[in-house]
Amino acid sequence: MSLDRRTTIQWMFAAAATVPSLSSLAYAPEPHARDVADKQAGYGTDPNLMKEWRPGGPWPLTLGTAARLTTIALCDLIIPADDVSPAASSVGVVDFIDEWISAPYPQQRGDRAIILPGLLWIEAESQKRFTKAFAAVDQAQKEAIANDICSATKAAPEFATAAKFFAKFRDLTAGGFYTTPVGMKDIGYRGNTPLETFEGPPIEALKKAGLA
Amino acid sequence: MSFVSAAEADKKAYDVIVVGSGAAGGQTAYTLTMDGARVLMLEAGRHYDPATETPMMQIASDAPLRASGTPEKPFGFWDATIDGGWEVPGEPYVSASDDPARKFMWWRARMLGGRTNHWGRISLRNGPYDFKPYTRDGLGFDWPIGYEDLARYYDKVEMLIGVYGSNEGLENTPNSSPGVLLPPPKPRVSDLLIQQRSKKLNIPVVPGHRAVLTTRLDHKRLPKLLHPGNAKAQKILEEDMQKRAACFFATPCGRGCSIRANYQSTTVHLPPAMDTGNLDIVTDAMVRAITRCKDGGAEGVVYIDRKTGAEHRVKARVVVLAASALESVRILLNSGVANSSGKVGKYIMDTVGANFSGQVPLLENMPLHNEDGVDGLHLYTPWWLYKEQLAGKLGFARGYHFEFGGGRSMPGMGTASGLEWLNGGTYGRKFKEDARRYYGSFVGFAGRGEMIPNEDCYAEIDPKLKDKFGIPVLRFHWKWSEHELGQAAHMQKTAAEIIDAMGGRYSSKPQSGDKAIKQGGLIIHEVGGAIMGSDPKKSVTNSYGQCWDMKNLFITDGATLCSNADKNPTLTIMALAWRSAEHMLGLMKRKEL
Repeated sequence: MSLDRRTTIQWMFAAAATVPSLSSLAYAPEPHARDVADKQAGYGTDPNLMKEWRPGGPWPLTLGTAARLTTIALCDLIIPADDVSPAASSVGVVDFIDEWISAPYPQQRGDRAIILPGLLWIEAESQKRFTKAFAAVDQAQKEAIANDICSATKAAPEFATAAKFFAKFRDLTAGGFYTTPVGMKDIGYRGNTPLETFEGPPIEALKKAGLA
Repeated sequence: MSFVSAAEADKKAYDVIVVGSGAAGGQTAYTLTMDGARVLMLEAGRHYDPATETPMMQIASDAPLRASGTPEKPFGFWDATIDGGWEVPGEPYVSASDDPARKFMWWRARMLGGRTNHWGRISLRNGPYDFKPYTRDGLGFDWPIGYEDLARYYDKVEMLIGVYGSNEGLENTPNSSPGVLLPPPKPRVSDLLIQQRSKKLNIPVVPGHRAVLTTRLDHKRLPKLLHPGNAKAQKILEEDMQKRAACFFATPCGRGCSIRANYQSTTVHLPPAMDTGNLDIVTDAMVRAITRCKDGGAEGVVYIDRKTGAEHRVKARVVVLAASALESVRILLNSGVANSSGKVGKYIMDTVGANFSGQVPLLENMPLHNEDGVDGLHLYTPWWLYKEQLAGKLGFARGYHFEFGGGRSMPGMGTASGLEWLNGGTYGRKFKEDARRYYGSFVGFAGRGEMIPNEDCYAEIDPKLKDKFGIPVLRFHWKWSEHELGQAAHMQKTAAEIIDAMGGRYSSKPQSGDKAIKQGGLIIHEVGGAIMGSDPKKSVTNSYGQCWDMKNLFITDGATLCSNADKNPTLTIMALAWRSAEHMLGLMKRKEL
């Protein structure tokens, strides 16, 4: 059994012990998916690059209903709708995160060992502070938790592990969001368009950088 | 002639067997078949068709894991590599040491065209110094040829494959002949800022050289220059050049190119070679060994059909190894041939690699514009401290260049990730503003330098382990010298100075050489192992890649390189292969083979 796995279980026990009302069984990822993921094959060394790939295609997903609700709430706390673009969960970022933490590769297995216990922690913390599920608390309450863990360098020692989780979760949310057509437009990517000629930067860009 | 089965190939007669279909195999087969030689090419991997298999225009969210790299697709889901990477299932290799600093990682690509399908397309010429390094500083080996022997072949290869760049007349950074290079792409904002600030540090920044068609090839002019007096070859090439489109400035080159706007063997070398009618290709043909004639020459090769496991033997007048440097070494060692010098497997080299990156406030919140361009290396920094180095002021021998990048490239998993060092850790609307602000404001410098061959870096056959075909595998020994470590440290320090000059911040502090240097094999420029020379006792081949011990056995891949200049080796491998193939043709015509 790997250290990551052991850490995961410790987290689950810790969460369950803190909040007796939380059913860790109901909340935990589908148990069979967790074990299957250990041995699950990847997409292989010669995947079909021409077909349409969707989360759940190459390997089974993990998140159960409750975990999914927490994930949606946290994704949208990190990337909410604003004047420019919609919230992360509305463009498939939750499915993407589920695909990521369910993948059989070393990096994703490592991230899984951070994300799953982290989601449990968020849920337990919300129950502890507000006796409600994280998905059900209001914006100010969500922010109260997030403000304690959104900076790994400034977080209090008791929030250090949760802050590490938050940083990882934020990276996954951002990567998931800004790689979608909606996210690419939001961030200002204007490429991936066939051009007759490549004209280089416009004069305004050169001026901005002090080059013209 | 075309793609044939092993059974069909068994029945036919060939002048030359070429093992491998990448840069070396492709160039060798091209030159031979365009001049009428009948060639059988054996490729260990599967058939691959860039026209139908290249993911053009797909974005990261169309792929599993947002196209991130995994052990099964190390350069990401959309990368062209098939059945390849530093680990290939069923095809292991061994490191003699458990020390990570002494491990060598071996990249393979089991597919038609090999690694040319995904490579960076950076095409730099070795300069005059690079052929005589021992004469210059007393380290390593001189080549048996000089720049002047290879210059016209560099021209030929550049004209055939299409290379953009400029002639700057810089020290040991040769110009191409007039009319050879395609125009370089316009620089991006980050390129121009790096150029402006590097100038203050007396560091040159000039247009890069890559095998990408910034304009279409001149199909009227070039075939005549490449194949004088050969009407058939001219006609074939004239037609084929018209089938290659110019770059449309979208889709990363590492995916391959279905419109054939960049060089890969499968889109540039193999189509005209096939059109001659002189080339047969058997794929899934894993060569185990060279077979010997009674007179001591090479008779042919024995290979294993990857699909059936059946063993096949084919014969020809000439055998060419172009399987990639270390696979060719493995075949030689497993065959027990061409090694009276004891040098087979010795002096393997990679490129010294160390990366450094930072964030530049001047590049924040740029007016929105398309910066895709030709993907990589619009500008670069060639090595510039020749005089200081010769005067012993640097503490290490041999140079490096910087490949740098910045700007608003297609978002991937790294986009807007890890911003906490810049914004203190935000979320919500503020995070979205930060993501817009910082996107495109990062610059990265990849130092790529020359490694000097040494006695501690070599490959041998592992006494126990075999691959899934029952073929004994390689065991690697590896150790950097103080020169490479000193160079890696210098890369870090210099890149940091450039970022300082841009008013930027470092992503992390400059590291010492031993910490910064990439593991051997990670840059995938492995060469050597069957070095060329002028003394049969100290080298494996002559300057044509012709084995001293077996006159009809040639090596045209990177195995023969006896130094590994900082200029990425592929262009030099192709120039050498062209020269070598011409030599074979002459010997065959004169019945000397």
